[in-house]
Amino acid sequence: MNVPEIPEISIDVEYERIKTNAEKNGYRLNPDIDFVKNLIRGLLKNEQRYGYRACPCRLASGIKDQDLDIICPCDYRDTDVEEHGACYCALYVNELIATGKQNVAPVPERRPPRSERRKALVVKTVSTTTRPVFPLPVWRCKVCGYLCAREQPPGICPICKATKERFERFV
Amino acid sequence: MLYALSTCQWCHRTKVLLEELGLAFDYDYVDLLEGNEQNKALDEIERWNRSGSFPTLVIDNKRVIIGFREQEIREALAV
Repeated sequence: MNVPEIPEISIDVEYERIKTNAEKNGYRLNPDIDFVKNLIRGLLKNEQRYGYRACPCRLASGIKDQDLDIICPCDYRDTDVEEHGACYCALYVNELIATGKQNVAPVPERRPPRSERRKALVVKTVSTTTRPVFPLPVWRCKVCGYLCAREQPPGICPICKATKERFERFV
Repeated sequence: MLYALSTCQWCHRTKVLLEELGLAFDYDYVDLLEGNEQNKALDEIERWNRSGSFPTLVIDNKRVIIGFREQEIREALAV
């Protein structure tokens, strides 16, 4: 499973892109640049070996459909930043940590354990909850919470640029 | 025994700390294990840490420290 080293230049380019995108959308990156660049190295390495940017601090299965929730930015980022000041890997942080007024503390894993994820897959396929009747379905971006009413979710989230498969039917 | 991921920065910090403390320890980069070996490691981790997260540090088969908790690790390993 060993893969070639990621070139520094790719990491620097990605760092600038992620940072700009984060700040444009009201998010802050960890102020420790070396730490962030190492996380980005991990993201790029995961993209190289799995084909998607799974969280560097979580074990990816190699099956994208089973790991959509941990593709960075993960589904758990907003809640963890809110509750713990940082997302699970600490790439994204709150204002206090970003400005050095508070340190990052370990963030407990919010993703359900392996055994429950398997069960959830089964439950998902059999449960059909009744929904209120609206002229259009409402879709929710699981990364940033953006909502829109249309036949299908957008190909790319207009707010955070997450891809279509990160949307869930909300109403 | 340290269960870690090769891409995880908190795992990296934990490993560096253990090296600094100069104690003998084994570690596995679970993402670099394949198939059955990886499953066996995950089963073992989940015995100690239900969420199966990294780093999971199992000390002398007696106690577990989940995550990079520097103070806790130093205290647990204080000679």
